[in-house]
Amino acid sequence: MRHLMSPLDFTANELDRLFDLANDIERYPDKYAHACDGRILATCFYEPSTRTRLSFESAMTRLGGRVIGFSDAASSSASKGESVSDTIRIISCYADICAMRHPKEGAPMVAAEKSDIPVINAGDGGHQHPTQTLTDLLTIRSLKGSLGGFTIGLCGDLKFGRTVHSLINALVRYDDIRFVFISPEELRVPDYITEMLKANGIPYEEVIRLENVMPRLDLLYMTRVQKERFFNEEDYVRLKDFYILNSDKMALAKKDMLVLHPLPRVNEISVEVDSDPRAAYFRQAKYGVYVRMALILTLLEIQV
Amino acid sequence: MLNVGKIEEGFVLDHIKAGKSLEIYEHLQLDKLDCTVAIIKNARSNKMDKKDILKVECDIDMLDLDVLAFIDHNITVNVIKNGEIVEKKVLTLPRQIKNVIRCHNPRCITSIEQELPHIFCLADAKTEVYRCKYCEEKYMSSAKWT
Repeated sequence: MRHLMSPLDFTANELDRLFDLANDIERYPDKYAHACDGRILATCFYEPSTRTRLSFESAMTRLGGRVIGFSDAASSSASKGESVSDTIRIISCYADICAMRHPKEGAPMVAAEKSDIPVINAGDGGHQHPTQTLTDLLTIRSLKGSLGGFTIGLCGDLKFGRTVHSLINALVRYDDIRFVFISPEELRVPDYITEMLKANGIPYEEVIRLENVMPRLDLLYMTRVQKERFFNEEDYVRLKDFYILNSDKMALAKKDMLVLHPLPRVNEISVEVDSDPRAAYFRQAKYGVYVRMALILTLLEIQV
Repeated sequence: MLNVGKIEEGFVLDHIKAGKSLEIYEHLQLDKLDCTVAIIKNARSNKMDKKDILKVECDIDMLDLDVLAFIDHNITVNVIKNGEIVEKKVLTLPRQIKNVIRCHNPRCITSIEQELPHIFCLADAKTEVYRCKYCEEKYMSSAKWT
């Protein structure tokens, strides 16, 4: 039995097979419409996340399975003080697979250690968000044709943004990738990431201004400045509008550059960019469902 | 100069940084062993100027070398049999340590989950960096002496 805690839990070859499956689901959805008949997914969300939860629910429903779960800690037994270890033992009796989001880092790993069913980390605090990373990788592979041979700019909150950290960790396994980190000084990428890049001889640079690097980017990954990651309101207000992507900045970019965003956005991408063919973030959300469908099938070892 | 007699069977931890022997004593939980222990503080040393030494009369298997290596892998471990040094053990950083240090990340699951052990894994032997198994919070092995 396998779990998914980090994007690195799967080898590059295993990810290729997962993405092939996701692309097949995209092309032939009817073929998979009853693949999970009689199976149950438990969505254990200890903090609100409508988007990720609905993506999982959509994925399981499109596979013919059913979904049970809770969408915040207040409506779960955690509010009575139940441990994650105990909760997952109970959930293992009710469901065949579990997607868990928790504000505490490492909580899904604790669940996986005690679980009788596959556990998917659906986000643990500021730590990992592997299914978002799988979504990002599938989007890049599907729209760019391959995972490698490009310069990717990551912009915004690179300090607290777990999607960014997960994506970097996953991309370093592919060839010929150059990173450009675009952030204010206060939200720079953590030192353990830059240490890892240095140790692996992977080129990266850290810059302050987005427009200076736009012409060189093949991909631009935008992130929002998340209010819940800040300890005080003043810092949040000062930094949230720091980097906004608009048509003027897009005019500097390559014709085939793609803009990705884990969503939801606040105002870091102007609405005027939505109609630009290079804006890939809504297509990215659709790939999120396909990759979660492929993941559920893979972890449940269901062949179609 | 103070003289402490030699032991017949057990181990001598030499080259402990001066003043740190009591911390080693606690981490190795020597207080729980029913054996003779000599704690020598600030002994003269050619190599270190001053050093601490621990002499313990018990079976070497009762010593948690992983914990000792994590605390300071420069400590010399002399195994004594019949009053003579029969082996000098080389300490290497353990791949994993359990409940020796605590994760101080307030966002880590270890901060709320009852009876969850605090486990740290060696992330980089060169820089002696350990990371929490659950949240990957960094812990510098060398930081414990500063």
